[in-house]
Amino acid sequence: MKDLFFKDGVIGDPMNRVDGRLKVTGGARYSAEYELPGLVHSALVGSTIAKGRITSIDTKAAERAPGVMAVITHVNSIKVPGFAASAHPSEPSTIGQPLRVFYDEKIYFNDQPVAIVVADTLERARYAAGLVKVQYAAEQHQTSFDANTSRAVLPTSAKRNPKSPLADYDRGQTNAFQTAPVKLEAEYVIPSEMHNPMELQAIVAHWEAADKLTVYDKVQAVKGTQKAFAKDWKIPEENVKVIATFVGGAFGNGLHNWPHETAAIIAAKMVGRPVKLMLTREQMFTMVGYRPHAWQRVGIGATPDGKLVGITHEATGQTSSYEEFTESTLQQTRMMYQSPNVTTRYRILPLDVSTPIWMRGPGEATGAFALESALDELSYLLNIDPIELRLRNYTDQDPEKNLPWSTKFLKECYQMGADRIGWNKRPAKPGTLRDGDWLVGYGMGVGTFGANRRPAKARARLLANGTVLLQSATTDIGPGTGTVMVQIAADALGLPPKAIVFELGNSTFPEAPSQGGSATVASVGSAVVAACAELKKKLLELGGPGFSGAKPEDVTINSRVQMRAYNSSLPLEIGLRTNASVKVSYSDVLQRNGGQEVEVVGEGRPGNERQKYSMYSFSVHFAEVKVHTMTGEVRVTKMVSCADAGTIVNHKTAGNQMIGGAVGGIGMALTEAAVIDHRFGRYVTKDFAEYHVPVQADAPAIEVAFVDKPDLLVDPMGTKGIGEIAIIGVAPAIANAVFNATGKRIRELPITPDKLI
Amino acid sequence: MADQNPDQHPTGPKPGHNGARRTFLKQSTALTAFALTPGPVLKAAGSAWDEKVAAAIEQVPLRLDINGKKYKLSVEPRTTLLDLLREQLHLTGTKKGCDYGQCGACTVHVDGQRINSCLTLAVMQDGKKVTTIEGLAEGEKLHPIQEAFIKHDGFQCGYCTPGQIMSAVACIREGHANSEGEIREYMSGNICRCGAYPNIVAAIQEVKNGGQKV
Repeated sequence: MKDLFFKDGVIGDPMNRVDGRLKVTGGARYSAEYELPGLVHSALVGSTIAKGRITSIDTKAAERAPGVMAVITHVNSIKVPGFAASAHPSEPSTIGQPLRVFYDEKIYFNDQPVAIVVADTLERARYAAGLVKVQYAAEQHQTSFDANTSRAVLPTSAKRNPKSPLADYDRGQTNAFQTAPVKLEAEYVIPSEMHNPMELQAIVAHWEAADKLTVYDKVQAVKGTQKAFAKDWKIPEENVKVIATFVGGAFGNGLHNWPHETAAIIAAKMVGRPVKLMLTREQMFTMVGYRPHAWQRVGIGATPDGKLVGITHEATGQTSSYEEFTESTLQQTRMMYQSPNVTTRYRILPLDVSTPIWMRGPGEATGAFALESALDELSYLLNIDPIELRLRNYTDQDPEKNLPWSTKFLKECYQMGADRIGWNKRPAKPGTLRDGDWLVGYGMGVGTFGANRRPAKARARLLANGTVLLQSATTDIGPGTGTVMVQIAADALGLPPKAIVFELGNSTFPEAPSQGGSATVASVGSAVVAACAELKKKLLELGGPGFSGAKPEDVTINSRVQMRAYNSSLPLEIGLRTNASVKVSYSDVLQRNGGQEVEVVGEGRPGNERQKYSMYSFSVHFAEVKVHTMTGEVRVTKMVSCADAGTIVNHKTAGNQMIGGAVGGIGMALTEAAVIDHRFGRYVTKDFAEYHVPVQADAPAIEVAFVDKPDLLVDPMGTKGIGEIAIIGVAPAIANAVFNATGKRIRELPITPDKLI
Repeated sequence: MADQNPDQHPTGPKPGHNGARRTFLKQSTALTAFALTPGPVLKAAGSAWDEKVAAAIEQVPLRLDINGKKYKLSVEPRTTLLDLLREQLHLTGTKKGCDYGQCGACTVHVDGQRINSCLTLAVMQDGKKVTTIEGLAEGEKLHPIQEAFIKHDGFQCGYCTPGQIMSAVACIREGHANSEGEIREYMSGNICRCGAYPNIVAAIQEVKNGGQKV
């Protein structure tokens, strides 16, 4: 497919996951599952007020409880040396800083950790945590978004940098939609949504020496976590080791280091033993971020033939009082459609709540709900098919950056999706298609996300048995990172996948970015390609006389024929693709390498093509829904998700990721809402009985189609990210289908039956 | 803490088991005596004593057959089967996802029935036969459902997977896997936040329709 890769390679194969066996046998070890000698357990005590200060903590009963080794609060906690000493966590940095756990008596949100109890067993820790008595001086808290909208502000980063994507944006005339012959203005609301990965956030913290920390931690960034804790404890980075071999889902909530992690690290230091802390499901709602509640207003106008005149899109997202959380809610509005006039305004609203964090399709998923709903509304006003309306405003270059797209196969996505969902069955007039007691409707929504790529490194070592061991400090929260890296390396080296081992989730490995922003394959895959190229180069150098003058890319590790019948007991030979008679045994190469296995580090980083092209992944989601005429129950009966995500390295895992995004989008559209009782500033949805994530019965047949055309400007494999576009655009597709079925436009998610009857 | 020697048979009451109960009876008598003394005295003595008494009686004997191995254990009555498996026996294949019986990640088989191991106290299963994900394969040979989950990619992060698989096996054995709709209904107690649901259904259908022994 490309020069770098052998034509009969495995890129594109729907290969089974390399870690599948571990996952189906219970052998995969997650953060809380490491046994260490002397390991002790812990439990957190959370505040019961949302704002104010602790006036006293009575820990006597807890300390006396059986098996309890320590009860740690702000009163007796050791001081974390790297914590800023300012009065308020957001000073001096106006971007804010994570909550300093056990730092002082101040309370910033309800269920803020105020104590950690360490005991020899989990039951004893949990019991004793219930004995800690805390007295507060409460202050009036503000947790209601609606009651505080006037306090929304421009994010500091936008104030400092007017070119920030968060800054006010005006293309052409401000609010030009108002001048359009056909126009509408509408408000859209999404509630806070919780990531709620199945694995509860967990950490095992172990001080191996006074200045040497190892954590087994549920994070999406082992290097980022290493840096954060090194800074906190003022110890060298290499003294902090972060292990996250398996991460049981995260969807973004592992992109931030949270107070519970530092609580466990403090506790481990104070008791001199490894400490395990696993949050409860209730604490997953209060301590590890969420997709923030957001209000949006869209004004959109067009000519009668469906040419957009202008879009105005305003958004306000919730944040905490101590950190300025922002996300790119308005990005899609600025670049998706050929509108001469676009106005965007982004604000954040600090409340007495914990800090949000990016949740799958961060910002964009929120923004797309408003934008793609508004386009659908406009299509009915214009009496133009929603796909046709989008095609009439299709952009052949990025109207925001005025750059050509690196690749854009969105038209193909529209076509593939329309064919597969049966778009021709969609009634032009809402509420007219019936199936017994059910109204049937069809809807679609578009998603996009930057085809990001970041610098990354990977190490490659050719073992004497012919296995190539690759290592990179990335993580795998579920997409199948290890599997696709094996495929990429197999193709780059001309080896079968079983000759490759890829290791991740360890901060001692070469630097890689966090697993976030749909950038892992592009970033780490490029590093793997670079490492494989370096390996060939090094083998060429060590190959001896026969290899002089040859090109590194022609170096082979064993011959293709031998490798198809790969057998690690065969003697390992290095050869040349271009000349079968040139061969050298690996044992000779080892000798020339001083007896050491050949090892290299490759680095991949994006180049200046990013200044010349605009790079995005695209998706179109289609939904068929049935709405019960009596109960208002909405069933998604079929979904089709189509994506332009460049080369698909593994159709099985990539398809699964798309399916997962669609299921997540069903939750966003129909069931998920985190609700605060504002009298107490505390969530009343605190487990799966009240916060409804989609279950098996909510998931319909979901068909996935990829354009599967490489984008070689993004990275050498031609990939673009999938994780975010899998969910961005799903919620509006469903909301639009509900309108098509019922004629009822629901602009506040989730679309629960009460809104339809 | 648990006695982790499988197949070890008891030779008599050990301190901490029945011995502890005898101690408790004596102390209870002492507490009764306290109850007759004036309030302030009771409070002062009781707060120290309560915890000591509690600590002394909190271990009870328990016998379990887990994945074909016989365990003779002593556990606190408040210990759930889930926490016993994970924290004391280090059988961490069984996952904790909520502790409220709402997510199914902790599904195991007890005497052949699927249950949420977080919703049962370990002592309630005395003498029972427990199968966890670690006990499903026969040596190196995976159970057909495990094979099908790999083939159909019935997972992403893998955390809910052991529970899904234990539930899937039971779902077929119960006769609740006769259609896609029935599988969806009877697998709805196992949440997969990654959303691999259709692949899970495909895996179950393949095994069910293939007529393989589960």
